[in-house]
Amino acid sequence: MPKLKLNNVVKRFGENTVCSGVNLVVDQGQMVCLIGASGAGKSTLLRCINLLEPIEDGEIFIDGEDISIPGRNPQDVRARIGMVFQNFNLFPHMTALENAMLAPRRVRKLSKSQLQPEIENLFERFELADRMHNYPDQLSGGQQQRVAIVRALAMKPEVMLFDEITSALDPQLVGEVLDVLLQLKNQGMTMVLATHEMQFARQAADKVCFLKNGKIIEEGPPDQIFEAPKQVETQNFLARALK
Amino acid sequence: MNNTKAAGQTRREKYEQHQRRRSMLIAAASTILVLAALVIFVPMAPGWEKVQKSFFNAAVLTKTFPKLLDAFVVNVMIFAWSAPAIAILGLFIALARNAKSPALFPLRIFGATFTDVFRGVPVILTVYLIGFGIPGLGLPRPWNSPFIWGSLALVLTYSAYVAEIFRSGIDSVHPSQRSAALSLGLTELQVLRDVVLPQAVRNVVPSQMNMLIALQKDVSLLSFIGPVEIFRQAGVFKSLFANFTPYVGAAIIFLIVTIPATRYADYLMARQMRERR
Repeated sequence: MPKLKLNNVVKRFGENTVCSGVNLVVDQGQMVCLIGASGAGKSTLLRCINLLEPIEDGEIFIDGEDISIPGRNPQDVRARIGMVFQNFNLFPHMTALENAMLAPRRVRKLSKSQLQPEIENLFERFELADRMHNYPDQLSGGQQQRVAIVRALAMKPEVMLFDEITSALDPQLVGEVLDVLLQLKNQGMTMVLATHEMQFARQAADKVCFLKNGKIIEEGPPDQIFEAPKQVETQNFLARALK
Repeated sequence: MNNTKAAGQTRREKYEQHQRRRSMLIAAASTILVLAALVIFVPMAPGWEKVQKSFFNAAVLTKTFPKLLDAFVVNVMIFAWSAPAIAILGLFIALARNAKSPALFPLRIFGATFTDVFRGVPVILTVYLIGFGIPGLGLPRPWNSPFIWGSLALVLTYSAYVAEIFRSGIDSVHPSQRSAALSLGLTELQVLRDVVLPQAVRNVVPSQMNMLIALQKDVSLLSFIGPVEIFRQAGVFKSLFANFTPYVGAAIIFLIVTIPATRYADYLMARQMRERR
C-alpha cells in the first residue's frame, strides 16, 4: 500500500483551477520532487495534502485512509504530516526551542520536561544545539529553516512536505538545508518537495513530477525526466530551468 | 562621534561636525528669538494685566495646588479600575467581531453593533446618559454611585476604540503564521491563543498607550455627573477665589503625568518602526 496517494485531486480558487486532477503515488520512504514553473500548482498541491486548503474533488489517502472526506477533523491529519514553508514562518515571539515544543505540548499533550530530552536531541542532530535558546531574528536564514524542519519533526510526522524551502535563502545557505533533507531521506522519511533546485532533485529524488497548469504532465525517475523527457512541455521547461 | 581627536577625523566626520554645529546654532538662535518675541509682545496686549492676575496668580496657585493634587488621586483611581476593564472588554469585543463559527454569529453582530454605537456617540453624551440614566432607576446605595456608572460609560466607549486597535493588531499578523501553526496540528483556538494574539498584542502596545493617555484626560468628563475629581475641584476653587489659576494648576498636574507617558508611547512607536524595517 502506498504511504500517500492522490486520486484526481481538484482545487479551485473561484474561477481559477489550480489543481486539475492530480494523481500521485508516494511509497514509504520515497522522496518525490515536484518541479515546474511558478504558478504551476506545486505549493497549492502541498497545502491540499496537509488540508490547509480544502479540495473540490478527488481523494487523498494516507496508508489507505481517506483523509480528504469533507468535514473530517483536520488536526490529527496535520499532526501526522509535517510541513516546512518557503519563508520559514517561525513564531517570532518564541525561542527556537519553544517553537519546536509548542505543537507537541498542545497536540501530543506532553509537558516541557517530558519533551526536553527528545527535542534537544533533535536540535543536536541538526547541529542547532547552541542556537536552541535564540529567537528567530537572531538566526541566519539557513538556521531558521533548519529550526522550522526541527519544529515539524518534533511532531514525529509520517510524511514531510517541503514547499520551496530554499527559495528564500542566500545561495551560500542553501547547502546546509539540502543536507538536512538528505539526512532525513537516509533515515527513511517519506517526503514530497516542491523545488526549484534541479540539481538536487536530479541527485536525491526517487521520483520527479513535472507540473504545468495544475496537472502532472510527466513523472518518472530523475534520470528519465532530466535525460530523456518525453513531453514537449517538460523539454521546454527543463531547457530553460537548466540553462 | 570623534570630537576628541580632531586630527584623526575623516573628511566626512569633519563635514558632519560642522553641519551639526551649524544646525544647533540656528536652532538656538530661532528659539531665543521666539521666546523674546513672546516675552516682549504678549505683555503689550491690552488685557495682559488682567489675564496675568486671573490665570497666573502665584498666591492662588500655592494655596490650591495641594488640594488639586488630592483631587487628582480620584482621577487616578477611576483610571486604575477602568483601564483593566477596558483592556478585557476591548479584547473580548475584538475577538467577538472576528469570530467565524456560525454558532457565534450573534456575538459578531453584537461586537459590530457595540463598536458602531460607542464610537459614534460623543463620550460626554454616553457619560450623561449612563451616569444619570441608570441611577435614575432608583437603585439602592452604593449602586447609585456616579463613580460606578461614570466609569462604566468610559469603559464602554474606550472598549470600542481599543477593540478596533486589537483587531488591526490581529490582522497585522501575517496569514503564513496561521498556516504554519495549523500545519503542526494546532486547533484554531490554540493558534489564536499561542501564535496570533501574543504577536497582535505586542504590535499594538504603542497605539494602546495613546488610548491610555486619552483615557487619563477623559476621566475628567465624570465631573459632569458628580465625582469631585481634579477638574471639578479646580472649578470649586475658581468660584471661591474668583480666579482661573486653579485651572492652570490642574493643567500642570495633567501635563506632569501625560508628557512622560506620551514620550514613552512615542519611543515605543519609534522602536517598533525600527524593528519592522
